[in-house]
Amino acid sequence: MKIRIKFRKWGVMKFIGHLDMMRYFQKAVRRANIDIRYSEGFSPHQIMSFAAPLGVGITSDGEYFDIEVHSTASSKESIAALNQTMVDGVEVTSYVKLPDNSKTAMSIVAAADYRLSYKEGYESPYSVQEWKEILTREFYNQPSFLITKKTKKSERKVDLKPLVYAFSVEEHDGEPSFFLKVSTGSIDNIKPELVLSSVYEKMGIPYNENAIQIHRMEVFARDESGKLIPLDALGEEIR
Amino acid sequence: MKKLALSDEILMQIEKPARYIGNELNSVVKDTSQIRFAMCFPDVYEIGMSHLGIQILYDMFNRREDTWCERVYSPWPDLHKIMKEQHIPLFGLESQEPIKNFDFIGLTLQYEMCYTNILQILDLAQVPLLAKDRTDDDPIVLGGGPCSYNPEPIAAFFDCFYIGEGEIQYNAFLDLYKEMHSKNYSRKSFLHEAAKIEGIYVPSLYEVSYKSDGTISAFTPLYDDIPATIKKQVDMDLTEAVYPEKPVVPFIKATQDRVVLEIQRGCIRGCRFCQAGMIYRPNREKDVERLKELAHTMLAETGYEEISLSSLSSSDYSQLEELINFLIEECSKKHVNISLPSLRIDAFSLDIMQKVQDIKKSSLTFAPEAGSQRLRNVINKGLTVDNILSGSREAFLGGWNKVKLYFMLGLPTETEEDMRAIPELANDIAALYYETVPKEQRNGKCQITISTSFFVPKPFTPFQWATMLDPSDYLERAKIVNDHVKEQLNHKSIRYNWHEADVTVLEGILARGDRKISEAILYVYQHGGFFDAWSEYFNFNLWLEAFDACDIDMDFYTKRPRQEDEIFPWDFIDVGVSKDFLLREWRTAHNELVTPNCRMRCSGCGARQFDGGVCFENQN
Repeated sequence: MKIRIKFRKWGVMKFIGHLDMMRYFQKAVRRANIDIRYSEGFSPHQIMSFAAPLGVGITSDGEYFDIEVHSTASSKESIAALNQTMVDGVEVTSYVKLPDNSKTAMSIVAAADYRLSYKEGYESPYSVQEWKEILTREFYNQPSFLITKKTKKSERKVDLKPLVYAFSVEEHDGEPSFFLKVSTGSIDNIKPELVLSSVYEKMGIPYNENAIQIHRMEVFARDESGKLIPLDALGEEIR
Repeated sequence: MKKLALSDEILMQIEKPARYIGNELNSVVKDTSQIRFAMCFPDVYEIGMSHLGIQILYDMFNRREDTWCERVYSPWPDLHKIMKEQHIPLFGLESQEPIKNFDFIGLTLQYEMCYTNILQILDLAQVPLLAKDRTDDDPIVLGGGPCSYNPEPIAAFFDCFYIGEGEIQYNAFLDLYKEMHSKNYSRKSFLHEAAKIEGIYVPSLYEVSYKSDGTISAFTPLYDDIPATIKKQVDMDLTEAVYPEKPVVPFIKATQDRVVLEIQRGCIRGCRFCQAGMIYRPNREKDVERLKELAHTMLAETGYEEISLSSLSSSDYSQLEELINFLIEECSKKHVNISLPSLRIDAFSLDIMQKVQDIKKSSLTFAPEAGSQRLRNVINKGLTVDNILSGSREAFLGGWNKVKLYFMLGLPTETEEDMRAIPELANDIAALYYETVPKEQRNGKCQITISTSFFVPKPFTPFQWATMLDPSDYLERAKIVNDHVKEQLNHKSIRYNWHEADVTVLEGILARGDRKISEAILYVYQHGGFFDAWSEYFNFNLWLEAFDACDIDMDFYTKRPRQEDEIFPWDFIDVGVSKDFLLREWRTAHNELVTPNCRMRCSGCGARQFDGGVCFENQN
């Protein structure tokens, strides 16, 4: 039986990297007595796979991983059992059963929502109103938004416009913050800081990555009609 | 959620920020406490978190309602630099608050090469490095662990040491502190009172005088009301002893990333080079029923996927078979791996290993320590060639083809013949493989790996009188072994690794040093040397410069023959094993005679005074 688990990660836990979060959940699943399946062989490991790695320093309300189990308690009981053994800064928020023929979370990730805000002690170079004008002028009113994407092996020009599904400025506690919905996954993986820093670059001002807190809000797949839906909407609650 | 001591900006630019944020599962956070204790392991987080002793003390201290014990590890050089530049004070992982405001900074001393890191901890904590410079506003700096059995080279940095097993006197020590602190007694009067607690050594209250040849003429307490000898503290009931049922589980992979079950303390064997085998006497076992309970609870509370046994010689644990059978059954249900410490290779251990390990990947480990039977008799290592060859034969038939052999070079009385015996033994094992396993059943060549370290004489061992060599002489011995490996018929199946010689010499100086050495340690730290246990940071030339600048003759500590009646810097500590016994063993070693183990016959080492353990087994 396939299960998809969603969790939040905040506070100091943002400094725990992706691989260590996997190790953390391998142990948490044992502590919560989840009846997880193990692979065959001499050193069996849990059948567990994560959706989209989250970089160090980023907080999230929408992290996902899939597991396979022999049997399971209800969603509510399983969430409670897992949260009983969480550290401060991690909380399981959903636990759903997937159809048996489901693809892994990792293979279907299509987009993610992010909020980028200024950290305490750092100020935005522009007001909310100014930012709105900048985004309209520099991003929306342009036919394309070309950036240079560097990988280990090469550099290539990429047009961000078709890969950024939403980009807006909001006001939080009087300070501007940015909402971004970007293409995510194995094919066109767009990091939100790449979008914002490119705008900074267009404006000719230096981008300080230490000034911005990135928060992942949700991760999406596409349903049959091509609509973006949260990963856990593909499963159903166990009662 | 708490505020971190380090800014996001710093944490994002250093390696492994998870070393510094705390918040691990089972770490203890308290609101307020009267006594704040920083428990430090002066090495990097991944090493320090793997240490059992700290986990025991952390658990024990935090059981006290009035005490909050936090953990501190050495910041890695990348963060060290930033903390120095920005004057950020070293903090406890749990509260993230500066430890200079704590009541105690406790440092565990597991190996000599961490001595400069003690100074790094104090320096970053912004606490005076020398005990004599501290005021009533500074924390009490306390040392413990195996290296505190000769605390003299680092005595200048510590206000006090706890000699022995922490389970015994810490409550009395903390109670005394609480009472005196509430009445506003000075640091000086507290230390004086603490010195009256058995096992507590306050270096500033003792005076050492020297003869003209540099050896010690007397070690005297400055007051009549404190003891002239410090008695090692021993927990005689390990079954009932506190043990961390909910150990802290790190986020990043620690060196020891598993549940550790301590099955016994001490060792019955009496190898003459081994300090642990002497200072932890008498051998005491934990009851198997308690161990089963602990294994179950600890696995449930941590979620670890592996469990390992801890002891100096697991094969000597009398209820090993019952324990392992229990673990195999319990762990297979839960998909938990069992990692076996080096067991004596025999039919029983091979059978277990076949059950819990992948034979193709695992190797057999023998630690003969010396190549020839003559030298093995000298060091009192009971293992014989027959043991090794018959164990290997069974293992080869069982499917193994990798063997690791551990030896020491530079042991007392060692001759070239002893050195040459090492490759010859390896060759015999390889030959045995080709003889025993028919060609069609072989899984490739057999792989024999020889590793040699250089012997370092340690206090409280029969070899505490032994002399050492120059680095070049050590390397010469390794070369003799290496050349002779190449002359063996089966040399293609044999690999040879040897250790650094410079570190050996330094370790020897620090291990048997006196109070004069502290100046050199201070010099090295003040000139940028620390993390000496890490080869990439170890700077031997800086140490040579320090000894020179401090007018310290290295040969005095390494190559000088010590007289039988010499007063050693550590003689004021009573470990239970008498100096007479050690001297007797030193002489027996030169007669190339073996002393039977504690279960075969009592040799009257003195540990019987503790009224328990192996000394009283099977005696009703």
